[in-house]
Amino acid sequence: MKVLVKAKEPFRFVTRLHLTELTGLKASTLKRMVSILKKVPGSCIYHHTHRFLQQHQHISPEPPNDFAYWVSNILVEEELGERLASIDVVQFTSIRQLREKIIQTIDSYLKAHPSASRRFAEPGDEFHFIKSVSFIVPTKYEVSDLAEFNNILKKITPDSVYFHIFESRLRLGKKENDFSNWLEHALLEKELAGKISRLDPYTHTMEELREAIIRLIEKEINSNG
Amino acid sequence: MAKMDDYIPITGQSTIDDLRLLAEKLQGKVVQTINSTSVGGGVAEILNQMVPLLKELGVDTHWDLIKGGIEFFDVTKKIHNALHGREENITLHDLDVFRETSQRNMEEIKIYGDIVFIHDPQPIGLVRKKSGNKWIWRCHVDVSSPDKEIWRFLNEFIVQYDAAVFSAPSFSPVLPIRQFLISPSIDPLSDKNKELPAETIKAVQDKYGIIQNKPIITQISRFDRLKDPVGVIEAYRLVKKYIDCQLILAGGTASDDPEGVEVYEEVKDKAKDDPDIHLLMMPHNNIEVNALQRLSTVILQKSLKEGFGLTVAEALWKGKPVVAANVGGIPLQVKHKYSGLLCHSVEGAAFAIKQLLNNPGYAKKLGESGREHIKNNYLLTRHLRDYMLLFLSLYHGEDVVYL
Repeated sequence: MKVLVKAKEPFRFVTRLHLTELTGLKASTLKRMVSILKKVPGSCIYHHTHRFLQQHQHISPEPPNDFAYWVSNILVEEELGERLASIDVVQFTSIRQLREKIIQTIDSYLKAHPSASRRFAEPGDEFHFIKSVSFIVPTKYEVSDLAEFNNILKKITPDSVYFHIFESRLRLGKKENDFSNWLEHALLEKELAGKISRLDPYTHTMEELREAIIRLIEKEINSNG
Repeated sequence: MAKMDDYIPITGQSTIDDLRLLAEKLQGKVVQTINSTSVGGGVAEILNQMVPLLKELGVDTHWDLIKGGIEFFDVTKKIHNALHGREENITLHDLDVFRETSQRNMEEIKIYGDIVFIHDPQPIGLVRKKSGNKWIWRCHVDVSSPDKEIWRFLNEFIVQYDAAVFSAPSFSPVLPIRQFLISPSIDPLSDKNKELPAETIKAVQDKYGIIQNKPIITQISRFDRLKDPVGVIEAYRLVKKYIDCQLILAGGTASDDPEGVEVYEEVKDKAKDDPDIHLLMMPHNNIEVNALQRLSTVILQKSLKEGFGLTVAEALWKGKPVVAANVGGIPLQVKHKYSGLLCHSVEGAAFAIKQLLNNPGYAKKLGESGREHIKNNYLLTRHLRDYMLLFLSLYHGEDVVYL
């Protein structure tokens, strides 16, 4: 059993609740989609690349973003849909970069396949641009060592796991997810922090992700290190 | 009437804790909700559930009603239909009636809320009493293709609000005020959705002469052309060529609704004397609807137009595989091949039903995913959370809000 270190800076779990704001903007073609993508707020890009993950917590998040789903299923441009679906969101540390990648993916596809620009969605099937407004609320849970962290991780809401893993990193522009950040800097658990960082959160459901992190932590607690 | 703690076994303690946390942030604010009726209709049903629960959470919530005569409600009914895109002859006199009643209500209703929450077009004109407080207009109507003249008329009021709320993205117009998406919800503890003992389900099955050993396809809806009951029978017949099955078409129609009776007759005619078609003209009976949904193999909702289509959420909550038309709010509830199957035609509906009847494992998986989807997104607790976040958003303009 490992001797547990107490952190000077405790970790406060927060939760995050979101409200969906409508923009009234809609696209029925790829060109229109690109022109709107260039001007909508970052919270719109965030919403459409993470909504499926939040709303469908019980199934593996496929397809991971709304753009891919619409392009594949409504415009039936499956190759572009696949390219959009496989954008590796984990590699991006800002919404700005992610937005550029989506635009560039569609633009280059349109250059290579000019006929795709003639595809359009029927009325009622347009892509509606929506944004997420996040309300971040501290919970009562504060922890100082690995065992306490593990115990609380088991009972917080999926929304809280979601915030610390996805939203704080990408939307608040931190380089690392909150868990890895605290484990590395407050508990000096660099290796464990790295292992959590390397889990691709976009290919897990929220519960699978929670379980995977718990497994890694428990292995560490039970080690002799 | 259910209490907040009654929802814990369904949603988990943490979800209810989150609601209490949000309610704390609304301390000191008075919410005044106003609509036109306290009984009958979807809005009254929602408010009858929500207002007591908001109060129990500690949000100081009050509910007031506007008054209006027959002439006023005739006009607002026309407005309602015109917002749905139906052609209506709305005269200048009608608009005057609307303005005069709005004026009378402005004089009679005391506005005391920090947040005034107005539902639907009937009380929309009260916003002229706005003075320093926050006003929200909650539109429960499908306004994806409204009559332009009527929309222009209402828009003069809408732009005076601080925010508007719609039920589906396709209802969202470009507006100079903030607008939010809040979907309706189902109450898992209501008669229509609560768990039922096997004997209750069996009693309903026996009452309507439904046999056990044939798959059951069910559509629950009013006898209304927009619900396409004739299309439902056509789809059933296409399935029946390959799979011996039964069809339940159950719903009510008011005796004073000549169109409903007419549609029922058309459907009866279409059904002929097929003993496997159960046409159930039911009085308003939520327990029986619940039982019929629970004894079904596949639930169908083949509407041609839908506001939100909460019967889909009801079916998914019961873990039933669903085949539904890709209209209104239905695609929000059914993600094709993930939580049900969407269709666009009679043939498409029949094909999807056959897929489900021939692949019980797949049907079960869709039903399970559907139930989880409804649990996470379309229960009353989510609706309460959204309303409290909506109230809080009035005091925070940013996209990331630290409470």
